[in-house]
Amino acid sequence: MKVSVNGTPTDVGEDATVATLVAARAGGHDRVAVARNGDVVPRSSWADTRLTPGDRLEVLAPTAGG
Amino acid sequence: MSVPEVVTALHHEESTDPLLLGGETFTSRLLLGTGGAPSLESLERAIRASGTQLVTVALRRVEASSSGAMLEVLDRCGVRLLPNTAGCRTAREAVLTARLAREAFGTPWVKLEVIGDEHTLLPDPIELFDAAEQLVADGFTVLAYTTDDPILGRRLADAGCAAVMPLGSPIGSGLGIRNPHNIALLRDAVSVPVVLDAGIGTASDAALAMELGCDAVLLASAVTRAREPERMALAMRHAVEAGRLARGAGRIPRRWHAEASTQMSGLPEL
Repeated sequence: MKVSVNGTPTDVGEDATVATLVAARAGGHDRVAVARNGDVVPRSSWADTRLTPGDRLEVLAPTAGG
Repeated sequence: MSVPEVVTALHHEESTDPLLLGGETFTSRLLLGTGGAPSLESLERAIRASGTQLVTVALRRVEASSSGAMLEVLDRCGVRLLPNTAGCRTAREAVLTARLAREAFGTPWVKLEVIGDEHTLLPDPIELFDAAEQLVADGFTVLAYTTDDPILGRRLADAGCAAVMPLGSPIGSGLGIRNPHNIALLRDAVSVPVVLDAGIGTASDAALAMELGCDAVLLASAVTRAREPERMALAMRHAVEAGRLARGAGRIPRRWHAEASTQMSGLPEL
């Protein structure tokens, strides 16, 4: 199915969850946060949150900033 | 107490005069932004030289974010993290970003920034206030980056912000404190800590902020983009301490004409 990940159209498997997405896109990163369709997905819900077609996902990680 | 003992006690007491912020105690009154450093090594040396205990960080799309190495540096320095909402233009974006940062960093503290204009990066007061109310209601410890308007500052403090952080001048401009009078008025208008945030160019700007009564200074570019960040960080540390001491010591009044410090009586006729 097609979803949007960080602004890029992306194909993911039918059984994709937020957890599998994070593992694929942010494997080496610590302290990652995910927004799905404008809402926070808490880390405790990543494994249970299945992606649905058309989802808009933002996978974020820490960076330097003022 | 002998003079050296008094000086020692004063030095100890005054230089560690703690900052109470959001229910926490800090011995350093200098907050450092991590953006703009030429390297992680440079950032680490600057953090250590500054003596800061609280540094700002941001969230970005994972492809554009720094590696975990930055977090390792910050953890190694033992500093507390203050996530920001830099780049947000609406209350909705800022509230969501704060919630994402709370999830990522595990802290309810947030430096709330809502920008109204790309060229000045000045805060949008309407969106800022809206976001501040929502985040306070959601249990956040909100440190609000704001204009130097004393009335808006008071409204933010009344809304429950843990600190009000007026700009001295636009972010990264290095123009110093353009309206010292407003900063002093704002300081008098609120009972929460006032942190001068943005616009600091050099050490005298940081000292002035403290002399005006600010409780702390937050700066990034002035250190990270200095030719020698570590040396400037040390200068800022001393400037903040000097300004704090001077504020507490009570400056002499300004006079129109001179007032001799050497007595006139006993002056010989030569």
